[in-house]
Amino acid sequence: MSAPNKTGWKPAMNADGEMMAVTATYTGNRALMLDEALIFEIGSTETTGVDLPDAPLPAANRLGGFERRDPIGLPGLSEPETVRHYTRLSRQNYAIDLGLFPLGSCTMKHNPRLNEKVARMPGFADVHPLQPVGTVRGALEVMNELAFWLIELTGMHGVAMSPKAGAHGELCGILCIRAALEARGDARKVVLCPESAHGTNPATAAFAGYQVEDIPATAEGRVDLEALKARLGPDVAAVMITNPNTCGLFERDMKAISDAVHEAGAFVYCDGANFNAIVGRVRPGDLGVDAMHINLHKTFSTPHGGGGPGSGPVVLSEALSPYGPLPFTARTADGVVHLVEEENTGAFDHTQSFGRMTAFHGQMGMFTRALTYILSHGADGLKQVSEDAVLNANYILRSLEDVLHAPFAASGPCMHEAIFGDKGFAAGLSTLDLAKGLIDEGFHPMTMYFPLVVHGAMLVEPTETESKAALDQFIGALRSVAERAIAGDESLKTAPHFAPRRRLDETLAARKPVLAWSDPGMD
Amino acid sequence: MSRYFTEDHEWIDVEGDTATVGITDYAQGQLGDIVFVELPDVGAMVDKGKDAAVVESVKAASDVYAPISGEVVESNSALDDDPALVNTSPEEDGWFFKLTIGDKAELDGLMDAKAYANFVESL
Repeated sequence: MSAPNKTGWKPAMNADGEMMAVTATYTGNRALMLDEALIFEIGSTETTGVDLPDAPLPAANRLGGFERRDPIGLPGLSEPETVRHYTRLSRQNYAIDLGLFPLGSCTMKHNPRLNEKVARMPGFADVHPLQPVGTVRGALEVMNELAFWLIELTGMHGVAMSPKAGAHGELCGILCIRAALEARGDARKVVLCPESAHGTNPATAAFAGYQVEDIPATAEGRVDLEALKARLGPDVAAVMITNPNTCGLFERDMKAISDAVHEAGAFVYCDGANFNAIVGRVRPGDLGVDAMHINLHKTFSTPHGGGGPGSGPVVLSEALSPYGPLPFTARTADGVVHLVEEENTGAFDHTQSFGRMTAFHGQMGMFTRALTYILSHGADGLKQVSEDAVLNANYILRSLEDVLHAPFAASGPCMHEAIFGDKGFAAGLSTLDLAKGLIDEGFHPMTMYFPLVVHGAMLVEPTETESKAALDQFIGALRSVAERAIAGDESLKTAPHFAPRRRLDETLAARKPVLAWSDPGMD
Repeated sequence: MSRYFTEDHEWIDVEGDTATVGITDYAQGQLGDIVFVELPDVGAMVDKGKDAAVVESVKAASDVYAPISGEVVESNSALDDDPALVNTSPEEDGWFFKLTIGDKAELDGLMDAKAYANFVESL
């Protein structure tokens, strides 16, 4: 017997058990858009999807009296109930396969199905990191081939493949820089981060034990080269710079910045999260970069919904390559790809390595997808990817600059991200209200309130895979909501009106977070 | 007692050798609903212009800089339980920390209430 919902609470009710909308239905569903209760509210401890024989009791164990005596209280669901629960939840999700996803902090672009097909081939999908090297030659070939193309595309000298994502890659790069400085007996303490850099940059430097100092941005949204030069000195270990930067602009002075940093005996870390705007067009190695992570899950289209899996290989200059982490792959003259796991392995001596970032070799599934993406696009295709990403962002910028404040519109073309601010909104209406209005229009909102240098920032990254028709629809929706914000439409303050949930109380959720479900019937 | 203001939107009340520091009404309005405040430990030395506290709102986390140098002698424990005090009473009950004044000359470059009001007006 499945126990009924003990409290009678329905998703369409508020915390006090009152139906929230006048037109609320008995079930809380809206036509065929199904609402869904928590699994604890629909499940019963007496139901199960599997039929196992009872265990012989008392069962022998070695827990020394610590075995659980009380029922664990997990909800039980039959198999069809389980399938429906998760399918209903998945229908409430918004994903790149449903529509345009303008979130600038992650490149939410189409994940080609070819990548998925290749990644699911058993020779790649079913390998185990501990199986004998002789049985994974194909996987090693993929890793080595991808490493080659990442070095080629960036004009760098070496690459560390194991970092798991962007911030992990940043840490890897900074640890290489620290190892290089320590090797020459030079204990520098400061890392400089321009205001136009990603927020993870100062966090990485602080995590690696450095003091972080800001370098101001110019009014046009780029690094203030003179301020940077003035701060450089014998205490500066590195400059972490994001290019293209978070104002959506290419750092035109990058070579001059690198030259100045090198002259001061420091290293240049480039945050490569925005590499997708310049791939095939610009090689960071030519700009004097010493280390840069590449987000395979962004630039090379591996899926990155819900926070994972990422993959952040770090390309390294000749000066930093000797300090890169283990393991890595290397091909010998006989054509065989070897996996180098130790510092002292004869032909592949890597004795100055700072150590390991991960226990194993990196994200195999991401490697396979990224290499598929690179090879299937080819040199001309990759170049077009970055051109289209930039073209789409500029189309949005120029289509909306008459209605939305565009602080860097006069700084030249933007790269793959268009930035707007809330200047001109009616008093009391904010970027948050606009974002909620955009949900009613059927779009995931853009990145909000970042970068910090723009008041009420809205950072829109359309990606290269959106058609003109899709962009026009998004532009129309954003224009409509922006006009309401400027006109002072009070209904925006309570948006979204048509989403499964109305405006959530973010403040209460942050001030008094409830992180564990408790059975209201047990009170 | 005299009150000073900084361009980073902090206020400082000076009473004898002790200064009380908080963020201004304008600052809390810009930050939005405050959800967390990280205060310096009592006994910590803070340097003028360097990070002294962190204030986190639903929009962003921001550093609060020490307006003058000194030793922290008290931090406002009421903000641990009720960070909303910074929104409801930014310039009274929502104070952040108190410190000894290391060098009174550091107060010289700060604004008074009228100058700060003009400064905010100009933003």
